[in-house]
Amino acid sequence: MSELSSPDNDQPLLVAEGLAKNYGRLPACRDVSFALYPGEVLAIVGESGSGKSTLLQLLSAQLAPSAGRVSYRMRDGVLRDLAELGEAERRFLFRTDWGFVHQDPAQGLRMGVSAGANVSERLMAVGWNHYGRIRDTASTWLDRVEIDVGRIDDAPKTYSGGMRQRLQIARNLVTEPRLVFMDEPTGGLDVSVQARLLDLMRNLVSELGLAAIVVTHDLAVARLLSHRVMVMKGGRVIETGLTDQVLDDPREPYTQLLVSSILPP
Amino acid sequence: MTAMIELANAEKTFTMHLQGGVELPVVRGVSFHADPGECVVLSGPSGAGKSSILKMIFGNYRCDSGRIGIRHHGKVIDLATAEPRQVLSIRRSTIGYVSQFLRAVPRVATIDVVAEPLIVNGVAREEARERAGKLLRRLNIPERLWSLPPSTFSGGEQQRVNIARGFISDLPILLLDEPTASLDAANRAVVVELIAEKKTRGVAMVAIVHDDEIRHLIADRIVDVTSFAAAA
Repeated sequence: MSELSSPDNDQPLLVAEGLAKNYGRLPACRDVSFALYPGEVLAIVGESGSGKSTLLQLLSAQLAPSAGRVSYRMRDGVLRDLAELGEAERRFLFRTDWGFVHQDPAQGLRMGVSAGANVSERLMAVGWNHYGRIRDTASTWLDRVEIDVGRIDDAPKTYSGGMRQRLQIARNLVTEPRLVFMDEPTGGLDVSVQARLLDLMRNLVSELGLAAIVVTHDLAVARLLSHRVMVMKGGRVIETGLTDQVLDDPREPYTQLLVSSILPP
Repeated sequence: MTAMIELANAEKTFTMHLQGGVELPVVRGVSFHADPGECVVLSGPSGAGKSSILKMIFGNYRCDSGRIGIRHHGKVIDLATAEPRQVLSIRRSTIGYVSQFLRAVPRVATIDVVAEPLIVNGVAREEARERAGKLLRRLNIPERLWSLPPSTFSGGEQQRVNIARGFISDLPILLLDEPTASLDAANRAVVVELIAEKKTRGVAMVAIVHDDEIRHLIADRIVDVTSFAAAA
């Protein structure tokens, strides 16, 4: 956690430069540039259609940009253009160094196989082959995300929505990634379940020193989880800064509208 | 400069776009400083901009023009133009802020809420909890409550938890927004004592207090905010 003890923190982990994406003639994302540092949590907020999900896909190399580029600092310390990575390096990112938490857990989990297998799969993909160790690690992770280890052999289709989402998080974090992408991670959950999940994510992110990019339309999620926020509208980043600063002292008309639209608790 | 905080001509205006772009001037020409070991109290009527000035020093409100110099790790950084990462670093190891209300994290035990600022700065969990316990005891929070999250506490108890969290750190700057507002006499006296101890350790403080008696007890210097009022 202490940024002073870690020399790496002075160098960005991920850099976006002039990123743009057009669908036909429709610009979904325009001229986005920023740098993300190790241990930093960035929230991307905006309404549906603002381009935030497109941006997340561009940043996580699931979509090729129409212009601009995304670079990522590999574990050897070298900043590399994602578009120029070889297949083995891409696989390393997707299976090990990155996590991706989807809004719908069914997209990020294999619903028909056991919870233990869901967590173990990523370990086996990176070459773990000792059954006992794999199972121990899977159990530890279920416990960390507050899932009863007695449910390890049950498939996630028998789990509640909140449990599925926590299992998805365990599956992603088991390989100790350095960067996690999250797309509306609390969307579709009950408010009480959301609070528990947010609290859990907040603790894990800070304990593990994870960097994260969280797309959300919920400003409360941004406030609780993120250090910095980018507000998107019409495919552009219209305001950016420290999360509490942007939310307590919003400058742009659209941001003021978003903030003033929150119902008081 | 040896000051820990030095404001020069700091200015803040809110532009309310949803009200047809109305400009709401808050403060301008804010200039004062705080030295190590000194408690500067901001005075002035409600609405004069005292809390806004504290929020600007903490980087919670943006500063439109002027300068907010903060001594951070031996160097002066202008908070008005600092990068978000620098502001976060300053908040972690230089400036603490004790607000009137606790923004409680659900499910976290009181003792851990108080210990957290130490743990973030690398103090071992056990030691941090021990120091948190000492402070909670001084502020008369009964030990049986320490393992509960503070969200269910009374207003005064929450404020004392918040004070403990704010005072536990060894940060060289503290901003205090009405730290004694809803406390009884005994607990107010504890806060006055805590402030005195911070002074002997060289901590620079900027405070807002409405209670004349408390102000008299803690203030080394009073800065009248009325002169910074920016009413157009």
